[in-house]
Amino acid sequence: MTVHSPAAHGLAPSRQVLANGLTVLSKRTAVTPAVTIHASIRAGGAADPSDLSGVAHFASKTIDRGTTTRSADQIAEDLDSRGVPLTAAVTRQTLSLTCTCLVEDFEAVLTQLADIITRPAFPAAEVDSRRSEVITLIRQDEDSPAAVAVDGLMDMLYGTAHPYGRKLRGTIENAERIDTAALRAFHHAHVTPGNVSLAIVGDVASPRAVDAASAAFLAWAASPEPAIEIPSPPVPTGRRARVIPMMNKAQADIAYGFTAITRNDPAYYAYWLMNHIMGQYSMGGRLGDSIRERQGMAYYVFSSLDANVVPGPLMVRAGVSAANITKAVASIDAELTSLVNEGPTEQELIESKQYLIGSLPRTLETNAGIAAFLTTAEFFGLGLDYDVRVPDLLKAVTRDEVHEAARRAVDPSKATVVVAGPYDGELA
Amino acid sequence: MATAVEEQAGGASTVREHVLDNGLRVLIQEVHTAPLATVWAWYRVGSKDEGPGVTGVSHWVEHMNFRGSTNIPREKVKGIIEQYGGYWNGYTWIDQTTYTETATRDALDHMLFIESERMGSCLYDPADCESERTIIISELQGGENDPDTLLDQELTATAFRAHAYRHPTIGWLSDLQTMTRDDLYGHYRRFYVPNNATLVIVGDVDADAAMRDVVKRFGAIPAGELGRRTQTKEPEQLGQRRVTVSKSGTTAYLKIAHHAPAGDEAEFFPLLVLDAVLTGAKGVNLWASFKTPPPQRSARLYQALVNSGLASGITGSIVPTQEPFVYTISATATQGTSLDRLEEAAVAEIDRVARDGITPQELTKAKTQLRARLVFENDSITNIAHQLGYFATIARWQDFLAMAGRIETVTLEQVGHVAAKRLGSSHRTIGWFSPAEQ
Repeated sequence: MTVHSPAAHGLAPSRQVLANGLTVLSKRTAVTPAVTIHASIRAGGAADPSDLSGVAHFASKTIDRGTTTRSADQIAEDLDSRGVPLTAAVTRQTLSLTCTCLVEDFEAVLTQLADIITRPAFPAAEVDSRRSEVITLIRQDEDSPAAVAVDGLMDMLYGTAHPYGRKLRGTIENAERIDTAALRAFHHAHVTPGNVSLAIVGDVASPRAVDAASAAFLAWAASPEPAIEIPSPPVPTGRRARVIPMMNKAQADIAYGFTAITRNDPAYYAYWLMNHIMGQYSMGGRLGDSIRERQGMAYYVFSSLDANVVPGPLMVRAGVSAANITKAVASIDAELTSLVNEGPTEQELIESKQYLIGSLPRTLETNAGIAAFLTTAEFFGLGLDYDVRVPDLLKAVTRDEVHEAARRAVDPSKATVVVAGPYDGELA
Repeated sequence: MATAVEEQAGGASTVREHVLDNGLRVLIQEVHTAPLATVWAWYRVGSKDEGPGVTGVSHWVEHMNFRGSTNIPREKVKGIIEQYGGYWNGYTWIDQTTYTETATRDALDHMLFIESERMGSCLYDPADCESERTIIISELQGGENDPDTLLDQELTATAFRAHAYRHPTIGWLSDLQTMTRDDLYGHYRRFYVPNNATLVIVGDVDADAAMRDVVKRFGAIPAGELGRRTQTKEPEQLGQRRVTVSKSGTTAYLKIAHHAPAGDEAEFFPLLVLDAVLTGAKGVNLWASFKTPPPQRSARLYQALVNSGLASGITGSIVPTQEPFVYTISATATQGTSLDRLEEAAVAEIDRVARDGITPQELTKAKTQLRARLVFENDSITNIAHQLGYFATIARWQDFLAMAGRIETVTLEQVGHVAAKRLGSSHRTIGWFSPAEQ
């Protein structure tokens, strides 16, 4: 006996744009007496001033450290006493604030969150004390082969003139320069009602969610959103390789990649399937089968695709011993060459489609999962019925289209390869 | 035939327990909020069941159990569930090894098929054993790239002198280099028997039909002889211990461990409250708790170490275990802060709570945090099933359902008593990762 709504009916979330331009997305669920609130703000690293990378990240560490009406300690005490952790995360495109609370605390927590989003004070003492945290995070990245390899690859793919080429956390020099004035200027310019999508998912009905959001945010005046111009990435003309020796480490990290496509490119679904076949299906796709399962060289090997408002990276990652670096890179080359030359098999395409379509109910099982899905769909303008349309969008992709995506995207002769770890030899 | 032995309300619905004639314990809970089902197969075997020479064998066996069985070719093991959009995984820790699948409900019998194969007929092809050896060494070395992981390993090895909790779950490198296929297969055959396992099914299923599927898939697997388990208890620690890892790096780390009660001991609950006061409530789900940070801005150690600028972050780790493990507090030093200074500030707070206990306001806040956390951690069938199986493996599954009630009854005096008894310096082990110049 089942009482759930069949997946075919979809999420059918409610969407309402407040008078000031803030978008409220809500969906009632009744799994637990809890609500997830997820504010996605178009104020990620791409909005950093070109000469001061790291401001968005620094803002994510300080935005909840005091508002014009409440101190950092008051905010901490209020949220902690309700058992609510507030997570602030930053990507190149968005700054997100997320928390889950009990239903009984919903209005109070949303009010608190609105205060943090609309009226942060960035008090100098708090900025100074978070500065040491930011610098420590940057130093930890410098000691992590994985972070060093990925940062190195992004630098080579995009260049430091491009926001994707700069480190999201910025440099230590920048962290020492960022102050209250820089954070307030960033907030004033980018954290505006029109840049905020607020997802409310949990055991509250949509009218209650919208009423609460209206009450919390309606006094926030609209202001124009600055256009963030992100140039197209440079097109590599040949293969490039770089070794970053970290001789104190036990294992090396490989980051091997390309610039790919935008999220709104019609070929996106073919790229999605191509990436899944290449480096995800059944623990690392073809790459996992070769490098992990058959050759036993790596605990992890996979590929990832970040199709975004600009052509984001398509990246292969692996952790291998220094002795296996050359062999692992050659194996990546071989697998990609095979995919480019022969395309996927019909069986691979069927299996990947089945997986991606079948995994949707799981993606949408929890409040946090639904909230992340809704804000992503809103960010890219995919529509309120996107969850219902995804299966058909994937089913429509042909084997030839996936083959074409491979030919366009993963030519090893144009790959950029970065290795960081206990290795100081050459790299082909 | 299966025998129904107990039913108990678990959250909104009922947990049904059956024990098959071969000893397999089966827990089923219907949850109809999404068209999904999850299966977790739990084995009472972890790194504490390993001796010198074969450390890491439980974890390696877990890897081998994804390498094909009599009726599932190696290359099909993972794909069977992925065809249903399913998630699969497994993990090994000190007390347990477990395997999970979550997929659409129509994949339930496939999940049970995979787990019955895993229990009864994995292959252990010699070539696959060798291939997995290098994968696991890569996993170990990847972990060693992280100073925090390295320090945690050294700290635990220092806090325990006798108990097998002292060695890392992944094993020592030389054991991974020398273990044989027979070591692996022998370990597998000894511990992967129905009378050492718990099977949990949660989701959009019919409990009676699911039980029939379980009997069909598992009923014919014979019980096994588990043999004598190691009985070693950790002798009382008689003085503070200290370990320093000196390796090149950019950042200094501090860890402080105190011996903790087992998950089913009365003192576990006041310690959980105490940890919430010191570092913010994490809850008790090893699978989910650490994926969301705790509410900790107003916690004592956060105020003393992070808000003061001495540390960039702190964590407290108290997890229910079968036998007494450790409660570990970790802090990452900010650039320019010496480990001496960080340790002094951390120890001052620990000594203060050991001496004076906590306040009534702190008790109320900690209980609220833990109550909320238990709700948040039951947000998916995967998490619900994990908790039932986890507690069945380390103690009794009913302990999980009783947890909220046991937290509510914790008193100020109990927290004060546990703090005074457990957090004294003679029970303390302090670890430093001190970055040498590169």
